[in-house]
Amino acid sequence: MSRRTRAWIEFLIERLLFLCAAASVLITVGIVGVLIFETIAFLRAVPIWDFVFGTVWTPLFYNPSFGVLPLVTGTLLVSGIAMAVALPCGLLTAIYLSEYAAPGVRRSLKPVLEVLAGVPTVVYGYFALLFVTPLLQRFIPGLASFNALSPGVVMGIMILPLVSSLSEDALHAVPNGLREGAYALGATRMQAALRVVVPAAFSGISAACILAVSRAIGETMIVAIAAGQQPRLTLNPLVPVETMTAYIVQVSLGDTPTGTIEYQTIFAVGMLLFLSTFVLNLFSNWLRERFREEYS
Amino acid sequence: MTVTRAAPTQPLRQVGDRALQSLGLLALLLALATLFALLADVFVDGWDRLSWGFLTGYPSRRAENAGILPALVGSVYVIGLTALIAVPLGIAAAVHLEEYARESRVSRIIEINIANLAGVPSIIYGLLGLGLFVRTMGMGRSVLAGAATLGLLVLPVVILSTREALRAVPKSLREGSYALGATKWQTTWHQVLPSAFPGILTGLILALSRAIGETAPLITIGALTYVPFVPDGVWSPFTVLPIQIFNWVSRPQAAFARNAAAGIIVLLLLLLAMNALAVFLRDRYQKRAA
Repeated sequence: MSRRTRAWIEFLIERLLFLCAAASVLITVGIVGVLIFETIAFLRAVPIWDFVFGTVWTPLFYNPSFGVLPLVTGTLLVSGIAMAVALPCGLLTAIYLSEYAAPGVRRSLKPVLEVLAGVPTVVYGYFALLFVTPLLQRFIPGLASFNALSPGVVMGIMILPLVSSLSEDALHAVPNGLREGAYALGATRMQAALRVVVPAAFSGISAACILAVSRAIGETMIVAIAAGQQPRLTLNPLVPVETMTAYIVQVSLGDTPTGTIEYQTIFAVGMLLFLSTFVLNLFSNWLRERFREEYS
Repeated sequence: MTVTRAAPTQPLRQVGDRALQSLGLLALLLALATLFALLADVFVDGWDRLSWGFLTGYPSRRAENAGILPALVGSVYVIGLTALIAVPLGIAAAVHLEEYARESRVSRIIEINIANLAGVPSIIYGLLGLGLFVRTMGMGRSVLAGAATLGLLVLPVVILSTREALRAVPKSLREGSYALGATKWQTTWHQVLPSAFPGILTGLILALSRAIGETAPLITIGALTYVPFVPDGVWSPFTVLPIQIFNWVSRPQAAFARNAAAGIIVLLLLLLAMNALAVFLRDRYQKRAA
C-alpha cells in the first residue's frame, strides 16, 4: 500500500469516527424535534394557558379537558415521597460508608447496594403493588390499593444507591487534611463529618440530590403499576394518582391513531417532562463542575 | 464552650457520634433489608410456577397454562439487535473522543450532549422511537423499531464506559507503537483497542443488562402485550419479558401475579448471568494487567 493511499484511508477513518460521535448530537436533535413538532400541533388545538394551568385532565373523555396540573401534582407527590426516603437515607448511608465504615466493609457493601440500582423497575412495581401496599394497609386503614405512598417509598429505596454513591464520591473527594484538622481540634467523627466534611462537599452532594429528583420525575414503571391511573388534583398520598410518565404509558397501551389529539397529548406531556429533567440535569452538572473546581 | 467544659460534655459528644454511626448503619441496613424482602417475596410467589412448560409455553387467558416463550425470545432478539446498533456506533464515538478529538468547541458540545443524553428519562426515548422509527420511518411496531429505540437509549452508556476503558490504556503503549512507525489508526486498531477490550466488554454487558430490563420505552413505541407467537424476523411484532411481566401484574387475578413473579425470577436470573459474566471478565482482565 503506497503512503498516499494509507494517508487517505487514515483520513477517511478519522472522518468516519467523527461522524459516529456527531451522531449522538443528532439524537438530541431528534428528541427535541419530535417533541416540538407534536407539541406545536397540540397547542394549536389547546391554548397553552389551558394546558399549563388547567386543573382537570380528561383527554380521553368524550368532552375532553386538557389541564395538566393533576399530572404535575401527581408527579410531584410521588417524587416528593421518594425524596423523603432517598435523600436522608442515602446521605446517612454515604456518611456511614465514607466516614465510619472500615475499608473492607465499604468494599463489600457498596456492590450489594449497587444491586438495588440494577433491579429492573418493573420488578419494583410488582414489589410496591403486591408487597409494600398490603404491608402499609395493615398500619394505615384508609390506604387504597392504588396510592402514591407505596410507589413513592419503593422509588425512594430504588434511588437511594444513586444518592449514596454520588454523595460518597463527593465526601471522599474532600481532602483528608480538613478531617485531620477537625480531629486535631478535638472534634468527634460526627462533628468532623457534619460540620466540616459535609459542608465542604455541599455542592457535590446537592448535585447528587438534584440528579435524584430528576430520576424520580422520569421514573415510569413503578408508578404505572402501583399508583393507579386516575389523574386527580390532590396531595393526599393515600388515594390513586397519575403521574406524567404513567399517563404516557396508559395512552401507549391503547391503540391511538397518529394525528389525533390523544396522540399529541403524550408528546406535550413528554415535552414538559423532558424540559423539567433537562433543567435539573443541567443544574446538577453545573454544581458538580463547581465542586470539581474546588478540589482539583 | 467545649474548651472550658471539656470534661462534662465528653460523654454527650460520644453519644452523638455513636448515634450518627448507628443511624448511618440503620439506613444502609434498611436498603439491604428491602432488597432481601423484594427477592424473598418474588421467589416465594413465583418459584412453584417455574417449570419447563412455563419457559416454553405461550401466553394464555388461563393463567396456569401461560408461558413466556415469545417474551423470552423477543427479549433476546431485541437485545441482540440493540447490541448490533449501539456497540459499533458507541465504540467508534468513544474512540473519536478519546483518541482523535482535539480540544475544540465541537468536541466540547459533543461531550456535554452525551452527558445530558445519559440523564434523559427512558420514556422520552420511547417517544422519540414512536415519532421517528415507528411513524416517520414506517418501521411499525417491529423488533427493529424496538431495538433502534433501545440502541439510542444505551448509546450514551456505551460511549461513557468505553471511554473509561480506553483511558485506562497506558500512554507508553501508544508511544511504543508510534515509535515503530505505526499510524494513528494502526495504533488504535492493533494496540489500544485489544488492550482495552475486556474493559469495553464489561461496560457493554452492563449497558445491555440495563436495556434488557427496560419496559417504558418499548411500551411507548407500541410493543404488544399479547403475542402468541415467536418473532420470526426484524419486521415482526414482538413483546419482551418486562412487558409480559407488566401485563400480568396489571391483571387483578392472583394466579397472574404468580406468573409475573415467575417471569421476574427468569428476568433476574438472566441479569445475574450477565453481571456474573461482566465480573468474571473484569477479574480476568485485572489479573492479566497486574
